[in-house]
Amino acid sequence: MEIWYALVNYFLPFSWSQHTFMKNALLAVLLVGPMFAIMGTMVVNNRMAFFSDTIGHSALTGIAIGVLLGFQDPLWIMVLFSVFLAIAISLLKTFTGASADTTIGAVSATMVALGIVILSRGGGFNKFSRFLVGDLLSITPDEMLLLAFTLFVVMLLWGVMFNKFLLVSVNPSLALSRGIPVRLVETLFCITTAVVVTISIQWVGILIINSLLILPAAAARNISRNMRQYHMISLLITLTSGIAGLLMSYYWSTATGATIVLFTALFYLGTLLVKPRFA
Amino acid sequence: MAYTNIIQKLQREACGLCCTKLKNFGVTIGKTEILRDIDLHIHCGELTALVGPNGAGKTTLLRAILGEISHTGELYFLDARDCRRNPVVGYVPQRLDFDPGSPISVLDLFSACLSSWPVCLGHSRRLRERAAAGLASVQADHLLDRRLGDLSGGELQRILLAMALAPNPDLLLLDEPVSGIDVQGKEIFYDLVSNLRQQYDLSIILVSHDWSLVSCYADRIVLLDRTLQCWGTPQEVFSNENILRAYGPAIREEEGQIRLKPQIIHSGEGVRA
Repeated sequence: MEIWYALVNYFLPFSWSQHTFMKNALLAVLLVGPMFAIMGTMVVNNRMAFFSDTIGHSALTGIAIGVLLGFQDPLWIMVLFSVFLAIAISLLKTFTGASADTTIGAVSATMVALGIVILSRGGGFNKFSRFLVGDLLSITPDEMLLLAFTLFVVMLLWGVMFNKFLLVSVNPSLALSRGIPVRLVETLFCITTAVVVTISIQWVGILIINSLLILPAAAARNISRNMRQYHMISLLITLTSGIAGLLMSYYWSTATGATIVLFTALFYLGTLLVKPRFA
Repeated sequence: MAYTNIIQKLQREACGLCCTKLKNFGVTIGKTEILRDIDLHIHCGELTALVGPNGAGKTTLLRAILGEISHTGELYFLDARDCRRNPVVGYVPQRLDFDPGSPISVLDLFSACLSSWPVCLGHSRRLRERAAAGLASVQADHLLDRRLGDLSGGELQRILLAMALAPNPDLLLLDEPVSGIDVQGKEIFYDLVSNLRQQYDLSIILVSHDWSLVSCYADRIVLLDRTLQCWGTPQEVFSNENILRAYGPAIREEEGQIRLKPQIIHSGEGVRA
């Protein structure tokens, strides 16, 4: 951390970068950004935007369960719960044969309601509202280490599995004929999405985390013609709007996560307008 | 052409010695017996057309050979030295359902199948050349950087064919690969397939409803209806009285076209790009 602080002091001698929490938040943005960029592209490829939304919302129930069990920091319970949910949803999808969005929609609403009911017991819901909006500025170095580790694991997983994920997202039976265990790969992807979303939720916020996942990829999709461009543009958009959002939230004193999402939304709007030139 | 060397490396002449055998092959799903008692020898360098009425189990047979559904009986492959092993199977589906808005290029899809290097990091030159060579063998190397959603149906099927040929399969399965594609696209595709069996060391099973095209291109016709009904060269099958009586309407319907189209392909005419 000391090295990072020294680097920021040296390269960014501005008034905002004098605060330690801003230095921390900047590093967090640089860690969360790439992670969300590469996850988001694949989530959009798989048409799983609704799924990741549900995982985000279900974090409420995860927190509630953690609180019921008496944990001070409900993160691990949240992660376990979201993994359980991810597996449950993918099984439900396979075995009931019901349309995926109906299943997922039902689960999503139930989980939000359950979480709110438990957390609002005795009128103490306000102290959990930080999960709804998220607070990037409160991130600690220890938590940053966790983020860095998650990013590392995701990149490692992508290095090994990306092509399999891609083939399954293009067409499952094509993937099957190339000897890829489709259901296993799909479940692995669902679990990864669930873990990444849940770990980042307390800094980004339940309400907007899905937008941060989906918008950069959706914007990049408008103007890219192959996988390389798709990922590069998505990464660029996430990082640019991450840094811009962080700065603007400092000057406007607004919630950081939401400001970042607004910038990605601007990018989406922009790419939508120039799309006809690329398609 | 720049890729000729690589293409030649990929190709092995048909030796005529290896074959795929199905012995006492059957498929039962739940309590329904879909296929039974199938004995087939498929020699390399031959195009075997699988024909039969709807619901005869043609696609089921392909899926069982692919290993997507379990089967009874035996399936094995004998190579030129008479060694038994599992065949490498290439498969071209009837239609590829995918999201046409997806930013994936032909090269992306090809490399994703061939290597485990993440395609989002770009492509090595070696892989690019290999993909280009694969596509060149189906006259589609100009499509390398095209987005998958921008291709026509015929072009997409040719690319799937190229993918099924890499790595070099022992057995190529084509499940009505050109249904819903215009006449010209169909002819290009069939010309390609019939050239393949001469250039590569593989056997081809083609499912088709198109009797007239099948009678032009196939070396052997297998008539399937729950079990093997008839097996032989097109002439044998079409002159079989019993077959004509049972499945006559389907054949006679297109008989006019069969006469109109003489067997041009066996003379090895050049293929149009």
